[in-house]
Amino acid sequence: MTTVTVPENWIKRATRSIHIPPVFLFLIVIFLVSGLLDQIYSDGQIFSNPAIMLNIVVRSVALGIVAVGQTLVILGASIDLSVAYTISITAVMSSYIMLGKTANVPMAIASVFGIGAAIGLANGVIITKLKVNPFIATLGTSLIIKGIINATFTNYTGSVPESFQFFGYGTIGSIPVIGSIPVINSIPVSIVIMLIVYLAGWFLLARTKLGAHLYGVGGNSEVARLSGVRTDRVLIGAHILCSMTAVLSGLFLVSQMQSGAPWVGPNGFYDLNSIATTVIGGTALSGGKGGVWGTLAGVLIFGILDTTFNQLGVNPYLKTVLRGAIIVLAVASYTIRSKKDAA
Amino acid sequence: MTTTTINSPETFSKAVGKLWGWIKKIPPVYPVFFIIFIVLGMLNPSKYQSANGIMTFLRTASPLAVLAIGEMFVLASGGFDLSVGAIVTFVVLVSSKLLANDPANAASTILIMFGFGLLIGLVNGVVVSFLKVPSFITTLGMMLLVRGGALYYVGGAPQGYLTDNWRAFGRNYIQNVPLFGRVPYALIILLVISIITYIMLNRTNYGKQIVAVGDNVLASKLSGVRVKLVRVVTFMVCSTLAVAGGIMIGGYGGVNVTIGEGLEMQAIAACVVAGVLLGGGKGSVPNAIFGAFTLQAIVNLLNLLGLPKPYTDAVQGLIIIGAVAYVGLTSQKKQ
Repeated sequence: MTTVTVPENWIKRATRSIHIPPVFLFLIVIFLVSGLLDQIYSDGQIFSNPAIMLNIVVRSVALGIVAVGQTLVILGASIDLSVAYTISITAVMSSYIMLGKTANVPMAIASVFGIGAAIGLANGVIITKLKVNPFIATLGTSLIIKGIINATFTNYTGSVPESFQFFGYGTIGSIPVIGSIPVINSIPVSIVIMLIVYLAGWFLLARTKLGAHLYGVGGNSEVARLSGVRTDRVLIGAHILCSMTAVLSGLFLVSQMQSGAPWVGPNGFYDLNSIATTVIGGTALSGGKGGVWGTLAGVLIFGILDTTFNQLGVNPYLKTVLRGAIIVLAVASYTIRSKKDAA
Repeated sequence: MTTTTINSPETFSKAVGKLWGWIKKIPPVYPVFFIIFIVLGMLNPSKYQSANGIMTFLRTASPLAVLAIGEMFVLASGGFDLSVGAIVTFVVLVSSKLLANDPANAASTILIMFGFGLLIGLVNGVVVSFLKVPSFITTLGMMLLVRGGALYYVGGAPQGYLTDNWRAFGRNYIQNVPLFGRVPYALIILLVISIITYIMLNRTNYGKQIVAVGDNVLASKLSGVRVKLVRVVTFMVCSTLAVAGGIMIGGYGGVNVTIGEGLEMQAIAACVVAGVLLGGGKGSVPNAIFGAFTLQAIVNLLNLLGLPKPYTDAVQGLIIIGAVAYVGLTSQKKQ
């Protein structure tokens, strides 16, 4: 009996052991369709120019980093709406402290990470100790941060020294040329940092106690608590990490913009976009199911869409419409098979 | 049983205890609102202690109350609707073009808007119920779709102005009403909507089913509730009321591409301040209205105190967290 079934399930079993989230299929489809449309209606750069491919990834870095944090809190059945303004406060505070001097960089980085930790801690404590619904708690802290920055800063503040722009524009190393494929002779630092954040997120979730506990808390908080998990601490930890990733995204953005402005975060819709990419990546909003690699695919889908719309010269408002429709379709493509009702 | 029987201290204390029990059941949003409103009246008697001033306040607060009622329906059933603010923007922008500066088009424009409202709600509900996409994501997508669609249709900037008869619902008053002086149309619209929705929620099977679905999907499904239908209708109620709110907001606010921005969060905050639980199972029309009134009163109070706009945001954030923490911690004690 087994000899008959083994060959049939071989591919299935192999893919299951690697754990490729189904969203990667969607990513490939989006990429092929985008490339084909570009080939037909535009100059076909997406398929032929590796610089464009690289650009898709660089474009995704800011959202990509913060989405890792968002994935962590959503896995814990929480949510963080304050990341957009955390990004803003990081951008303005770091460039305000740096004032264009390299000597001030460590000080600036330390203080924005301090601020981030404080925001995450506040979110976590309000949610776990005051029992405030995470949606409302982080909406509240987001309003508070918004008030504080808008009262203090109204425009571009301070500047970033050239040395710090390395994060945004720097490149490292070289990739050997393979055959006749055009050369990408160096990788942007930002991509490397984003990948490190994803690896760290994966390691945390798959290989550490905190990660295992986070899945437990998200799956069923009461069961986790009764089996001895300190659920409050786990959730507070996830929120602190989430705010930290928002700080890192903020630092990347300010290093690209060279000066921080209070509207960086909300204008990029990092709060709702990070939630959308996480859910597109297959992490359940109700918690306990998912992971960071799906989120990476979600982020890359957003990047590909952005680039394709630019290549094709789509009207900016139509872009918004298409993006809204694609978010819903992407999530629908796998929720439709679920037996559980959504709310 | 009546008050005349209170002749011994024992029965008196019992009666007081009963009264206290009854007072404790009053949702905190009412005393909070009245305290804020009394403070407003003390700080600026000419504005907040005259019938005229109160009517002006109600005119500005009514649209948010209408949005909050709609949002409350969705929240009570356990969902979210983030597309409310975008619908307001849609109504104002698309109307400005459809009206073509001709008052004769007002009636047809408003009908078309309500048609869109029903359609948006239907799509939201169908996607949530049948494609099983979480409402947070569905309505987030719808928010982008509706806002982008409106901006695409008008080409990124308002086309023309809103005619006076279109704006009357949000801006004008019925003059010479005995006792009150003048009554804003917005308040009358709010009253009519609140009566209809109150009956829907409290006096029909459908209303009980909404709360049941929000409380426990499986239990209500097993007892024969058509969960999918209930959800679709809630989303339709919400987006229809968002259209009504949009017409009122456009009435006094005028045409502006960012007019609806953030209103979904305000509507949710109003419900939450009023004690509606996110995740479903609880809802009340009057509470939602007073939640919205409270938020508006807080904004007016902070303005009156001379706090700049950014601080208003921060204080609102603190109050929202505080209100929910209070409800959460007190209800926890009871368990």
